[in-house]
Amino acid sequence: MSTTTRPTGRTTGVDLSVDLGGLVLPNPIMTASGCFASGREIDALWNVSELGAVVAKSVTLEPREGLPTPRMSETPSGMLNAIGLQNPGVDAWLERDVPWLASRGARVVASIAGNSVDDYREVARRVAASRSVAAVEVNLSCPNVSHRGLVFACDPGRSAEVVRAVRQALPDRPLFAKLTPDVTDIARIGRSVVEAGATGISAINTTLGMAIDAETGRPKVANGFAGLSGPAIRPMAVRAVHQLFTELGPEVPIIGMGGVRTVTDVVEMVRAGASAVAIGTATFADPFTAANLVRDLGPWLGRRGHTALADLRGRIEPWPHHPR
Amino acid sequence: MSVQGRDVGPVSMTCEVLDRRRLGRYWGLTLSAPEIARRAAPGQFVNIAVSAPGTLLRRPFSIAGAALGGHVAGTIDVVLDPHGPGTDMLAGVPPGASLEVLGPLGRAFPLPQRRVSALLVGGGYGAAPMYYLGERLRAEGHRVNFLVGAADSSRIIDPIVPKRMATWSSFTTEDGSMGHRGRVTDLLAEDLETTAAEVVYACGPNAMLAAVGDICEAAGVPCQVAVEEHMACGVGVCMTCILPIHTRKGVQNRRVCVDGPVFTSTRIAWEESRYTETAHEPVDDDLDDRDASDHDGRGPDDSRADEGHFTAGVRTVRTGGRR
Ligand SMILES: Cc1cc2nc3c(=O)[nH]c(=O)nc-3n(C[C@H](O)[C@H](O)[C@H](O)COP(=O)(O)OP(=O)(O)OC[C@H]3O[C@@H](n4cnc5c(N)ncnc54)[C@H](O)[C@@H]3O)c2cc1C
Ligand SMILES: Cc1cc2nc3c(=O)[nH]c(=O)nc-3n(C[C@H](O)[C@H](O)[C@H](O)COP(=O)(O)O)c2cc1C
Ligand code: FES
Repeated sequence: MSTTTRPTGRTTGVDLSVDLGGLVLPNPIMTASGCFASGREIDALWNVSELGAVVAKSVTLEPREGLPTPRMSETPSGMLNAIGLQNPGVDAWLERDVPWLASRGARVVASIAGNSVDDYREVARRVAASRSVAAVEVNLSCPNVSHRGLVFACDPGRSAEVVRAVRQALPDRPLFAKLTPDVTDIARIGRSVVEAGATGISAINTTLGMAIDAETGRPKVANGFAGLSGPAIRPMAVRAVHQLFTELGPEVPIIGMGGVRTVTDVVEMVRAGASAVAIGTATFADPFTAANLVRDLGPWLGRRGHTALADLRGRIEPWPHHPR
Repeated sequence: MSVQGRDVGPVSMTCEVLDRRRLGRYWGLTLSAPEIARRAAPGQFVNIAVSAPGTLLRRPFSIAGAALGGHVAGTIDVVLDPHGPGTDMLAGVPPGASLEVLGPLGRAFPLPQRRVSALLVGGGYGAAPMYYLGERLRAEGHRVNFLVGAADSSRIIDPIVPKRMATWSSFTTEDGSMGHRGRVTDLLAEDLETTAAEVVYACGPNAMLAAVGDICEAAGVPCQVAVEEHMACGVGVCMTCILPIHTRKGVQNRRVCVDGPVFTSTRIAWEESRYTETAHEPVDDDLDDRDASDHDGRGPDDSRADEGHFTAGVRTVRTGGRR
């Protein structure tokens, strides 16, 4: 059809490729877990192999039906969600979605979740069997049943324990630990998961929020507490990514995410210290967002004389010193 | 004009607002959207970007009409109930302005394969997609009957449209300002008989749809409903818009935006949704009596069997499939 505009990924000579600890991608644009399903729906709109990689919805050992509705509520420049990890289970995902993604030529990153260290280990073991999974992201924002339901990612020790177990089950693939910003010192959590064997970090997951209808008194999301995402959290994400980059140094790859919508948001995240950038909520507002970023990032950089995106990683320029 | 998408399925496009008109409490917009109009079928919806301060997500609206020929070829209609930042903003966009529109989204109403008498039930702005469906059914030679209800007459969209289009039409308002005083569900059982309806299509508040489905099931008439749920993406990737659905594997959560918004009413497990509270409104006692005494020798399972019969007799129109 003549009216179709397809993302080309052409970079006008600018090198957009990234190396995430062995996971080499043609460009830094990825999807944020839970915001792209496993790519099929969006592939009906544009070719998902244009992406750097597809990070799929988190999968658990058993299928989950998730939480009751309403599951989302819009907030100023953001949204709250409590889905409850509705997913078909790791086996069904490996059987149905991974081969499809591979057949489309997409680079596949699994996102795994669980409620105990054993859960994570077992899901990782099953994922390890699939050669089509290029890397794994460990969603640590799950309640730990043997620790009063406290989220793994809030505790450096428990986070490290999960990462060690996953690393053992999956020794041969890049492993990213996905962190929550709802901690006092995210850099410390980052340090402990890297020491436990994580190749790199994904940050940030949603931050916990709540909204209540003033008239009815009911929480706007049925679960009560819900994860806040979108442009509203972008400054938090930039801050967290920069803290992690400063703590862990340029050797540790970081997948930055949180409210990214435009090319300048991507560049901001890279300057903060991200090696690659994942697009979440922005896809809901416009399902072509990630495709447009793949298309537009190279030309934007090229127009400013940059030759490689990687050169900008962690590059924050100081304000000129004002003599008194 | 920029259009993004593939040869089939939904597209994203910038659409000029060609016309905006008051429809009682509601507003009707006509948008220039040739690619969407060509692909659309009744029951599908569009996701429209809004630019109210602080808003982020698009807003879903049923397609209320699509014109392929004539003066307004390549246009779609939507009907808006302004009641929040997004709908208020959209109700205020002047002709000449542009909107970002994604669609057509979701599954359309399955259409009967053989000639039938169809009863179309619309509640509030839910009547809008029913008018679009009515046109399509009539063009295919079916008998079209309308039962349109709302809180008051200012929420009955263009009553002349169903009157003109339908073989038979009837109206209800809760305040009695137009037609029967009460709700569509007060009249439905009787109207099913009057119109010899062989199939019911309905759109309106979910509580109404649950009640309509119950009445149709009791009467053994297959019923297709277009439901609403809060949607973040509208394209199947966020899992916010689910509804519990009876499947072979028991009740499972299905996405309204891609697996619906049209469902066979008996498949919806309303009792497991948050709409139960209002769904089990007092049902007309006369109706219960009639059910008990008027079984026509049908066993209790026959109404489910009808669903199979109906499904066998329709062709399902999938998102954006060119027909
Ligand atoms: C498939 C479908 C078809 C629809 N068709 C129409 C139509 O033809 N005409 C019409 O006026 N309205 C229709 N709606 C409802 C319409 O989408 C909402 O009224 C609108 O999103 C409200 O936005 P707001 O900013 O004005 O209000 P707010 O209430 O402030 O919206 C806040 C958030 O809640 C969501 N929301 C609020 N009410 C609803 C609702 N009833 N359904 C889904 N999401 C909701 C909004 O999308 C937004 O994200 C339809 C909804 C769906 C799901
Ligand atoms: C509806 C929704 C579902 C999500 N599901 C998951 C998930 O399954 N696993 C996960 O690690 N993160 C999940 N997230 C978090 C996102 O991957 C991302 O970290 C977060 O939303 C911040 O990015 P954003 O502002 O670009 O959306 C989800 C977010 C949203 C909005
Ligand atoms: S609205 Fe996102 S899956 Fe339906």
